[in-house]
Amino acid sequence: MNELDASIRIAESLSETRHEVSIDIPNPVFTLNGVSVYYGEYEAIRDVSLDIAQGEITAFIGPSGCGKSTLLRSFNRMNDLIVGARITGRLAYHGTDLYGPEVDPIEVRRRIGMVFQKPNVFPKSIYDNVAYGPRVNKTKGNLDDLVEESLTRAALWDEVKDNLKKSAYALSGGQQQRLVIARCIAVRPEVILMDEPCASLDPIATAKIEDLMHELAGDYTIVIVTHNMQQAARVSDRTAFFTAEVDDAGERHGRLIEYGPTRQLFSAPVDQRTEDYISGRFG
Amino acid sequence: MTIAAPQINEDELRRSLRQMSPRRGEAIMRAILVVAASVSILTTVGIVLSIVIPSIEFFSEVPVWDFLTGTVWTPLFANGEFGVLPLVSGTLMITAIATVVAIPLGLGAAIYLSEYASMRVRKVLKPTLEVLAGIPTVVFGFFALEFLTRVVLVRFFPSIDIFNALSAGLIMGIMIIPTVASLSEDAMSAVPSGLRDGSYALGASKRQTATDVVIPAALSGIVAAFVLGISRAIGETMIVTIAAGLEPRLSFNPLEGMQTMTSYIAAAGAGDLATGSMEYKSIFAVALLLFIITFAMNMISIRLVRRYRQVYQ
Repeated sequence: MNELDASIRIAESLSETRHEVSIDIPNPVFTLNGVSVYYGEYEAIRDVSLDIAQGEITAFIGPSGCGKSTLLRSFNRMNDLIVGARITGRLAYHGTDLYGPEVDPIEVRRRIGMVFQKPNVFPKSIYDNVAYGPRVNKTKGNLDDLVEESLTRAALWDEVKDNLKKSAYALSGGQQQRLVIARCIAVRPEVILMDEPCASLDPIATAKIEDLMHELAGDYTIVIVTHNMQQAARVSDRTAFFTAEVDDAGERHGRLIEYGPTRQLFSAPVDQRTEDYISGRFG
Repeated sequence: MTIAAPQINEDELRRSLRQMSPRRGEAIMRAILVVAASVSILTTVGIVLSIVIPSIEFFSEVPVWDFLTGTVWTPLFANGEFGVLPLVSGTLMITAIATVVAIPLGLGAAIYLSEYASMRVRKVLKPTLEVLAGIPTVVFGFFALEFLTRVVLVRFFPSIDIFNALSAGLIMGIMIIPTVASLSEDAMSAVPSGLRDGSYALGASKRQTATDVVIPAALSGIVAAFVLGISRAIGETMIVTIAAGLEPRLSFNPLEGMQTMTSYIAAAGAGDLATGSMEYKSIFAVALLLFIITFAMNMISIRLVRRYRQVYQ
């Protein structure tokens, strides 16, 4: 490597430029313009602008502390539940500012479902777990059919159809995570946010969840946060790479570095930091 | 200088692995700790024996069935009758009133503290609530008699007895609110926040999350808090002695004075009864019944807790 090359790379990594390979997304579900999320005074993620495509799977990857989960949780206003959390910039859902003064976070969450890192099944029967969302939302129609349909959609029906009254805690971790996905589907959301959904699962259970994600894509818009780059490469249509930058005061802030079609981002990353991350040189 | 793994000499190793000294300190420490653990067990055994032995003498003269079903309690009369039902009904009546006060208010306070209150409010409110638990029961007793009965209740019920079950029950309920609230709040705060997130993410409101997810998940702890609160009410002595009076009466009217099992024991025990007399022995018979009731309550609570654990974990 000659000196000139090295200095260019250093200059590049210090620069504020972002590499958005695909900025042209027709009819985006989410449009982010200069979104920053704070916990109190601390800026966890800074100035993110991107569009999320409808019916596709978008993956957020990056090292720990890069703010990708924080960003994901602002898509359905889960950060509202954290004292001191606030957001600046504009986060629009089909053109409506999700943080507009008239928007009810409860209504937002009925349309934008979420699956968490740890399968957080409720201490209820399998049936009551799936029926929980429709019940709190007072969904009309036959609940039994909705439960069956949701469990079928989550590829769990055949395993649990004879034990619907059993405690959900009797299921394995992978089954619990599919139950959480069924519970999410039962509310009939348009978007499913997944925050490291396979982090606590073994490879076989992970493969089942990934198959399920492929099944669901198209009908649902899925945004997944993952630590697992192979997973992002396997399941997603588009990938956004985030990293944590240390500022002069020594604080870490998450930044969006590069966003584009997954194949392109993994085969020909534009930014050196993306290349370093996906080739395993850091993070 | 580099650090290398230690060279192993087998003879030396065998010697160095032997115990260096008999470690007498260990044995002494163990003995002290065994004594500490035994004291409470021995005390319990001692109490049970000292209650059971006079009770056996009592029941050799008064049949158990007559004791349990008799409706007149006049141990201090010549040819007194030993029907314990008036004392049991007094205890149950006052406990029931206390429960009706303490469970809704205690659970409500717990839900507020755990699900609604901000960190700052909780930091002030929870210790304040617990101060209530530190007030001596004799103070509660006089508050019930002098303020609640004489100032408040007489306005609503002009015919109320000065000593009555209602004021004792209400104040006892207030006394056990901190127990119910604090233990229920502990149980609810221990529910993993992931469960709340899961509920909110499905579009549930705060109230729905509290009643449909958090309370069911914390149910074993909440039930234990209820049972502990009720046990305290059954065993409470001072408030009932001061505010409910000392007249054994089989009645379902809370405006009348009543005597409970505990206040009989306190009052009779404080008098100068001849050791070995029937009145004296009757104290132990009542204490035995009280012990059995509280013991049964604890057993029920343990089983309830275990049952919910099985379902939910």
